[in-house]
Amino acid sequence: MTQPPDQRLDASGDSSASQLPRPSAGPDAVALLHRPVFLDLMRIQLPVGALTSIAHRISGVVLVASVPIAIYLLGLSLRDETGFSQVTALFTRFAVKAAMLFMVWALAQHVLGGVRHLLTDFGIGSPLRVARRSAWFVNLAAVAVALFAAGALW
Amino acid sequence: MRTRFTGLKAWWVQRVSAVYMLLFVLFLLYSFALQPLRAFSQWHAWMARPVTSVAFLVFFTALLGHMWVGMRDVLLDYARPAALRQVLLFASAFGLLGLGVWLLWILLRLQG
Repeated sequence: MTQPPDQRLDASGDSSASQLPRPSAGPDAVALLHRPVFLDLMRIQLPVGALTSIAHRISGVVLVASVPIAIYLLGLSLRDETGFSQVTALFTRFAVKAAMLFMVWALAQHVLGGVRHLLTDFGIGSPLRVARRSAWFVNLAAVAVALFAAGALW
Repeated sequence: MRTRFTGLKAWWVQRVSAVYMLLFVLFLLYSFALQPLRAFSQWHAWMARPVTSVAFLVFFTALLGHMWVGMRDVLLDYARPAALRQVLLFASAFGLLGLGVWLLWILLRLQG
């Protein structure tokens, strides 16, 4: 905020700036080029709904990454006796249990956030007060599910 | 590349698959809580039942469709430049097809 305008402009000097229209493209394009950009991740404060929203994305990407591993383990557990005991032995290890716990959190966060999204599609929970409360519920309930899973795993 | 499952179709794929997967996972938790499958023979026999195999086949079809719409959304939002985005979209599509073949092979082997 206290920075001179020129320096503030430098903050937007990422690769995306090069894709913006050149000043010769017209007055609107110039305005777009000089739009203020504030991306100090340590100082941006997300509202709880935004946190739920981005957590839905992040947990989705995490789950995508876990799918090939899950398919591998499913195939191994169904191959023969040896494969089955290999998989069960794997789940007694601390590191695997910890990874499992993280996946349970990601799944809970994604599913609960998804249900919240579905309800919004039907017009349930759209007013800001309700939406904020349900966002808090989703974030906290996902952690609660993970804690419950921790109790079951250890 | 023309990206399939766009617009309203993608919206439907995402939601119908989500509802099926939610019900499926809840059913799975419920049935494992009632009857844990602790031995290979039990586990294998349960999975090989036609009802279970078909339910899993539908689940994985829903999962792959859901994954495609989700990954597509994420890539369209963040992957730059356009050429890289195209490559990643192609890679995702092929990856998902690969996973589908792998799953089909696992489920078919159960019946054999």
